Amino acid sequence: MSLDTKKLLWMYKTMVTIRGFEEKAFDLFKRGLVRGSVHFYIGEEAMATGSCGAIEPGDAITATHRGHGQCIAKGAKVNLMLAELLGKATGYCKGKGGSMHIADVDAGILGANGIVGGGIPLATGAALAFKLRKEPKVCLCFFGDGASNQGVLLESANLASIWKLPVVYICENNYYGMSMCVLDSVACPNIADRAVAFGMPGVVVDGNDVLAVHEAVSAAVARARAGEGPTLIEGKTYRWMGHYSGDAEIYRTKGEKEEWMKKDPIARFEKILLERKILNSAKAQALRQEAEKALEEAERFAMESPEPSLDTLLTDIYA
Amino acid sequence: MAIITYREAVREALREEMRRDERVFMLGEDIGIYGGALGVTTGMLEEFGPERIRNTPISEAAIAGAAVGAAAMGMRPVAEVMYIDFITLAMDQLVNQAAKIRYMFGGKAKIPMVMRTQGGAGRCNAGQHSQSLEAWFTHVPGLYVIQPSTPYDVKGLLKSAIRDDNPVMFIEHKMIYATKGEVPEKEYLVPIGVADVKREGKDVTIIATSMMLLMALEAATELAKEGVEAEVVDPRTLNPLDIDTILNSVKKTNHLVICHEANERCGIGAEIAAQVADKGFDYLDAPIKRVCGPNSVVPYNQHLERAFIPSKERLMQAVKEILG
Repeated sequence: MSLDTKKLLWMYKTMVTIRGFEEKAFDLFKRGLVRGSVHFYIGEEAMATGSCGAIEPGDAITATHRGHGQCIAKGAKVNLMLAELLGKATGYCKGKGGSMHIADVDAGILGANGIVGGGIPLATGAALAFKLRKEPKVCLCFFGDGASNQGVLLESANLASIWKLPVVYICENNYYGMSMCVLDSVACPNIADRAVAFGMPGVVVDGNDVLAVHEAVSAAVARARAGEGPTLIEGKTYRWMGHYSGDAEIYRTKGEKEEWMKKDPIARFEKILLERKILNSAKAQALRQEAEKALEEAERFAMESPEPSLDTLLTDIYA
Repeated sequence: MAIITYREAVREALREEMRRDERVFMLGEDIGIYGGALGVTTGMLEEFGPERIRNTPISEAAIAGAAVGAAAMGMRPVAEVMYIDFITLAMDQLVNQAAKIRYMFGGKAKIPMVMRTQGGAGRCNAGQHSQSLEAWFTHVPGLYVIQPSTPYDVKGLLKSAIRDDNPVMFIEHKMIYATKGEVPEKEYLVPIGVADVKREGKDVTIIATSMMLLMALEAATELAKEGVEAEVVDPRTLNPLDIDTILNSVKKTNHLVICHEANERCGIGAEIAAQVADKGFDYLDAPIKRVCGPNSVVPYNQHLERAFIPSKERLMQAVKEILG
């Protein structure tokens, strides 16, 4: 599939923005400004970017606890995200959700989720809403290798399949569910092999190749929009950082990590763009600086934003 | 006024709301051609078709979760879980998702869904098909909990629940579907969060829910023969709880007995008793009594099961005890 320059450059900038966002979030965490747990997406940028690059603004996604990248790729504003990470009143959730609950339902982001696999039936229900209203929309359902072992995936995928719902299940297999390696937690060679049992196509893709992800998701989205039902896509990728901000990573070797870091999805994509002369080094640097500048402005916005007033403790419980 | 069954009243509410608002649809197990395990949705497939009466596989988590997702996207699903005992399979979707999304998203989402289910003993269905689990959900901020006991209330409250923008646990009772009552032919709603004084009296207040309300009214009739005038109050909605109506009644009678089928420990009676003790202590002339299911599993054997369910005799005895 040939993509236009605009889309390719959007992908590059999105991947760079995601990585920059995570680096900034980690920095703010180390400074004690971001509280709780943060789950970083570094190394997996091609998955969210390739996937969200395949859908339209009216479509929806459900994100995961490791969801910053998915939200950014779907169009979430980094200033409102950073403000939420800092727990500020101006954040996406007025400081009530934090990193694990970034959401913008009006913009089609049905929320990151603190429950592993929690978004899977929700995405299925969103797709049901689209089908009932006869809208040609799709919902991308992100989840990880860990969530692939939750029973709700079977229930939801089967339901989507018998009802031919416009949902694409996107498994970001980053090799670890917290500390447990996917080689120990999943019995079949590929998570996508389970698609046979769900009665839908299963596709394995190189999750560090943004173009391959985009192509696979585009095909699944076209199938979903045509009323032919869901697809299960498994992208093999790797989580560069620990499970969360305080993980000592005693369950994997440095060598394993270094091997995967050689497959850096951003460096790979940049090389392709340079070879195809869509980018040159000056343009690449300019895009990186643009992303960096936006993140700096976002940080300033977040830092200067007010804390929520204490009376909001009891608001927003009921509609 | 027409005299109809509780089952017909539920069906009328569903039908009227589905005709009124095309965003309303149903999903659940065996609700299609079978008409629901309790016969509530009989004939609805014929009227509304399989797109809006969605028969699901046995997948409670997916039923509840899909309802949450569809509601977040602007639909108004009425999901059905056949027995409240099976709700354990959908707890994440109700407790962590439906109830919390609005708050966690800073008020920028709403989940207008109804989870219809039924509980209670009386059919020798044993421990996994007879429970009364309503109190679990009253403990969760973000959910409404409704437990109607008459055809009039169930119809009016179900219509209100479907129109409400919050996730609602709507809990019926398996022994109540064939009971009859008056229901207006014209459209009406019963507001969420308003208790109803089902019988006026001056001597003692009996708060009773679901099937126990029907039993309490019988007990009150018998007590009247013995010269005791009981006021019987049905909270109808457990969350939000209309504590003012309860307090006003206790203020008048100075005596309170709370009756529910759920086992006593941490049941809704505990919450009501605590609130009355806190806000209405001076009204009370005697300790608050609870007449509830025992802290046990609902048994299979019919005699054991009958012993589990609070009886009219037990309720009358409790009333007499506190009246001295």
